[in-house]
Amino acid sequence: MARWDDHQVQNAVGSVLRFGVLLAAFVAASGGVLFLFRHGGDSVNYAVFRGEPAELSSLVGILRGALHLDARALTQLGLVLLIATPVARVALSLVGFLMERDRKYQVITLVVLLILLASLFGRI
Amino acid sequence: MNATLFAALVFGGSFLAGLLGSLTGLGGGMVIVPLLAIGFGVNLQYAIGASLISVIATSSGAAAAYVREGYTNIRIGMFLEIATTVGALGGAFIAGLISTSTIAIVFAAVLLYSAWLSVRPRVEHITQDLSDPLAHALHLNGTYPTPDGLQPYGVQRVATGFSLMLVAGILSGLLGIGSGAVKVLAMDNAMRLPFKVSTTTSNFMIGVTAAASAGVYLRRGYIDPVLSFPVMLGVLAGALLGARILTKTHPKHLRLVFSLVIVALAIEMLYRAIQGTI
Repeated sequence: MARWDDHQVQNAVGSVLRFGVLLAAFVAASGGVLFLFRHGGDSVNYAVFRGEPAELSSLVGILRGALHLDARALTQLGLVLLIATPVARVALSLVGFLMERDRKYQVITLVVLLILLASLFGRI
Repeated sequence: MNATLFAALVFGGSFLAGLLGSLTGLGGGMVIVPLLAIGFGVNLQYAIGASLISVIATSSGAAAAYVREGYTNIRIGMFLEIATTVGALGGAFIAGLISTSTIAIVFAAVLLYSAWLSVRPRVEHITQDLSDPLAHALHLNGTYPTPDGLQPYGVQRVATGFSLMLVAGILSGLLGIGSGAVKVLAMDNAMRLPFKVSTTTSNFMIGVTAAASAGVYLRRGYIDPVLSFPVMLGVLAGALLGARILTKTHPKHLRLVFSLVIVALAIEMLYRAIQGTI
């Protein structure tokens, strides 16, 4: 394959970002509206921190809930997709630097990607 | 308050924050936490979780438009993201150890600093000096489009910039904000980048930085979907509308008004932190 330059990589990154944000907004809005449709009359109170249950704070739990069309899990899936958008951007930049055969930036980008994955999947 | 009314009001407030943030160039993320905590009585930890989500939304939304224009320096962004993401993880970790009152005090200080920076004239120092060895080794020196064609620029004091980015990352992870003010300080004053390059590259980095701490906040259960979705959609809609209304300069009077709002929010946060009611 032909070598890429920074500009082509950035154009591809821009497209991924736009698509990711739109998809995330669409999923979160669908889940949120569904929640309000079912529970819109319930009273809400966020004054005291309770912490979200495992169904809404682990990736597996969120996916499982979303597949069962649980409104809150579906909304949370939209938020997770949004968090994943910058991660996808870094992953795509890594592909770009691989195509540009830029060894230094392959390493730098890989470090950033690993930090992001550690945050999403780690135990910190 | 019932959930529908709450979501509608939070959406409206976030829309306004996103619109003002985009029109003034200050970003809406900074006022989301005080808006939720003071305006809606939301616990600080939930507010910070929702704010992080809004920061990612605006950064990614705006960056999609920016990267095509050729101002963003993807190498500077990626290299400095090592510092901001490590810092963000550290900040998220610290957030779990200290009291919410302490977090509120740090937050108020950052708000005041950002307000001060935004009313002060921003001085551009573009240089063609390519002598920083780190900038050379990391291929950070670049070019950017101007009316007279591509202009080259040199990057200075890379080590100082990197250290400041570590601080920006910690603040971002601790407070759930984009830390645009510290990033701009690092890139304008220390590294001497042209404005257009520092602004777009900073924006490019904000989403990645926020994603690093958002993962930790999500697993800790700080991100509530029903609270966060109207914040995300409101800020995104406001920021997109703001970008459409205005393409060039940021109106001076609006900047001043928004800075005063930020100062007022900072004082209220300080007051509540001292009283222990936040």
